[in-house]
Amino acid sequence: MVVFALLFGVFLVTRRDDPATFASSRTELNQTFGAVNLLVLLTSSLLVVLATQAFRRGSRAASGRLLAGAAGCGVLFLVIKAVEYAGKVHHGIDPGTNDFFMYFFILTGIHAVHVAMGIAGLIVLRHVARRDVAKPNDLRTIEIGATFWHMVDLLWVVLFPLLYLAS
Amino acid sequence: VSVLPAALRTRAAAVWAGLVLASLVSFWLGTDHGFSGADGRRAGTAIVLAIAFVKIRFIGLDFMELRHAPLALRLAFEGWCLIVGCAVVGLLLAGDPG
Repeated sequence: MVVFALLFGVFLVTRRDDPATFASSRTELNQTFGAVNLLVLLTSSLLVVLATQAFRRGSRAASGRLLAGAAGCGVLFLVIKAVEYAGKVHHGIDPGTNDFFMYFFILTGIHAVHVAMGIAGLIVLRHVARRDVAKPNDLRTIEIGATFWHMVDLLWVVLFPLLYLAS
Repeated sequence: VSVLPAALRTRAAAVWAGLVLASLVSFWLGTDHGFSGADGRRAGTAIVLAIAFVKIRFIGLDFMELRHAPLALRLAFEGWCLIVGCAVVGLLLAGDPG
């Protein structure tokens, strides 16, 4: 989160040097993609919270289903992101277009990698929640994985307005 | 899923509803509907970013369960929200041509 805080700062300092390019480039983004993805990640975070609570109650099967739902939201996020990237490339926009799009692809790309790692983590958590023989540290494992997923969600909560709305 | 009706009555579900509502308001404000003119747009974007850091605080406190975490951990998180939030809004306003 410290690294992302620095990236937010670097992006804004660069923007200060060339606000016109950043403002015009922002209008090239499809804000609906970013907003829908925000709602998708917020919903996935709620499912992870409910999965953790269900696991604590001993409802392991329900916990597993909720974690699968959260992972599904993560996949949906990446599909929307891929469609968005493809559209940009189709219109001749890539990280070399200008500073705004360089930061756009770097910031959203690093975030997308975290989403992919989070999905893998959620799949592991689903296995942990549903396995026949419970282990003493299962709850701790699920809590750690859940916290990572919330961090992925939290970063998009800043990236969306920073890139799509504010520049 | 059989757990859903009970789940919808949890604090987490209420926080999620608040986060979604705040997101929709931010989207409306940030897509040029909320304020007009250069000053209005500056104010709108600053408010949208400030709302984002308030949302983050609730994700930390209620989803990451920091509300009941040791004080040092909670303070570190809330300090991050406050410092990074103020820095982002400050840099945003400093970088606006208006």
